[in-house]
Amino acid sequence: MESFIHIIILSMLVTTAAAIVRVKDLFAVTMLAGIYGLLSASFFVLMDAHDVAFTEAAVGAGISTLLILTTLSMTGRFEKAAENPKSNYKPALALTLVTVTGALLIYGTQDMPAFGAADAPVQTHVVPRYLNDSATEIDIPNVVASVLASYRGYDTFGEVVVIFTAGIGVLALIMSTVSTAPVALRASMEEHVILRIVSKMLIPLILIFGLYVQFHGEYGPGGGFQAGVIFASAFFLYAMLFGLTAARKVVNSNWVQALAALGVLLYGSVGVLAMINGGNFLDYNFLAQDDVHGQHMGILFVELGVGITVASVMIIIFFTFSTHQQRDGEPD
Amino acid sequence: MSMVTTYLSWALLVLGGFLCVSGSVGLLRFPDFFTRMHAASVTDTLATGMILVGLMLQAPTWIVFGKLVMILVFVLLTSPTAGHALAKAALHSGLKPLLPGKGGKIDADPRPSAGGV
Repeated sequence: MESFIHIIILSMLVTTAAAIVRVKDLFAVTMLAGIYGLLSASFFVLMDAHDVAFTEAAVGAGISTLLILTTLSMTGRFEKAAENPKSNYKPALALTLVTVTGALLIYGTQDMPAFGAADAPVQTHVVPRYLNDSATEIDIPNVVASVLASYRGYDTFGEVVVIFTAGIGVLALIMSTVSTAPVALRASMEEHVILRIVSKMLIPLILIFGLYVQFHGEYGPGGGFQAGVIFASAFFLYAMLFGLTAARKVVNSNWVQALAALGVLLYGSVGVLAMINGGNFLDYNFLAQDDVHGQHMGILFVELGVGITVASVMIIIFFTFSTHQQRDGEPD
Repeated sequence: MSMVTTYLSWALLVLGGFLCVSGSVGLLRFPDFFTRMHAASVTDTLATGMILVGLMLQAPTWIVFGKLVMILVFVLLTSPTAGHALAKAALHSGLKPLLPGKGGKIDADPRPSAGGV
C-alpha cells in the first residue's frame, strides 16, 4: 500500500516537473514549483523524514515561491518565445549537456549500494553512533536536531554563513540603486478589507508558531531554519497587504541588517566560548558544568542564531526586491 | 462508546474524502473560472473540516486533539480568504462570470477557457 502511494506521488512529481518545463507563463511555473515542493514534502513525510519535510514545505513551497513571485514582478511574466529571432535560444547544446550529465549520473549509481541496503556506508559509518548515543550524550528527543546542531555543528555553521552571504549579495547588487526616501504606497491593496482583517488575525499566530518551531526543535520537527522562514513570512504578509511604507515602520532595515550579522555572530560566539573554556570549536560539552547541560545550552543558542539570521536575511531580500520594483514604477 | 466514535470518525473521513473527489470533479467539469473556484474552495473547506473532525475523534491524546483544532481554525480562516482573494483578483483583471442568457441557457463564451491559468 505504501509503495502504491510512493508511485503516485513520484509520478505526480514527474508530471509537475514536465509541466514546469512546458509552460511559458512564469507565474504558473512558480505555482507549479510550489506544488512540486509540497509533493516533495509529502514524499518526505512518507519516508518518515519529518524535519526535512517541514523544511521543504516551509522553504521550497513557501518562501521561495514568494521570493520568485517578487522577482517576477521585477522581470516580467512570460518566457521569451523561442521563435523570436532575437533570443539566443539554442536547445541542442543544453539538451546534449543534460543528456550526458544524466547518463553519467545514472552510470554512477551502478557503484552505489542498493536503496536501503544494510551494509551501505550511510547505515554503518556514523549513523549508528548518532542513533545509539544521542540519547545519553545530548539527551534531546529529536535526533535530527542533535545531529544538525551538535554533531554536525560545523556544517550548519557553514549553511548559516551561506545564507548570510546570500543576503549580503542581494544587498550589494541591488541596494545601491535603492533610495532611502519613503516611496509612495501603491493603492491597489487598499480596498482588500477581508484580506487585511484575516491577515491581522493570522500574523500574531504565525509569529507565535514561528517561536514555537524555534524553541521546540529539540523535541519535534523544527528548528532555526524553519522558524526563521515562518517568522519572516509574517512580515511578508504584512508588507504585501499594508504596503511597504507601513512595513518599513515596523521593520527598521538597519536593525534587520545588524540582526542578520548578529545571528552568525551568536553561532560563532558559542563555538569560541567552547574554545575559551578549553574545548574544541563548537564543542558544547565545555559550555556548562556537565556535558549534557552544555549540549542543551549550545543547541539552544546555535538554533537561535540560525533563526535570527534566516529570518533577517529573508526579510532583507524581500524588502530589497520589493522596494527596487516599486521605485522602478513597474505597473502591477 | 469507542465503537460509536470509531464509526462516526470513519463516516466523517469517508464523507470528507468523497467531498474532496467531488470538488476535483467540479474543478475539472464546471464551465467557467468562478464556478470551478467555487467547487474547489467550498468543497475543500468542508472536506478538510470533516477529515479533521474525523481525525479528532480518533486523537490518542488531548495535545493531538488541540493541534488538530488549531489546524481546523487555520484552514477555516485561510481557505475562504484565499478563495475570496482569487475571485477578486479575477474580477479585478476583467474576467466576468458566465451568467444565464435569455432562454435560461448559458451563453456560449467566445473566450478560451480561463481554467488553465
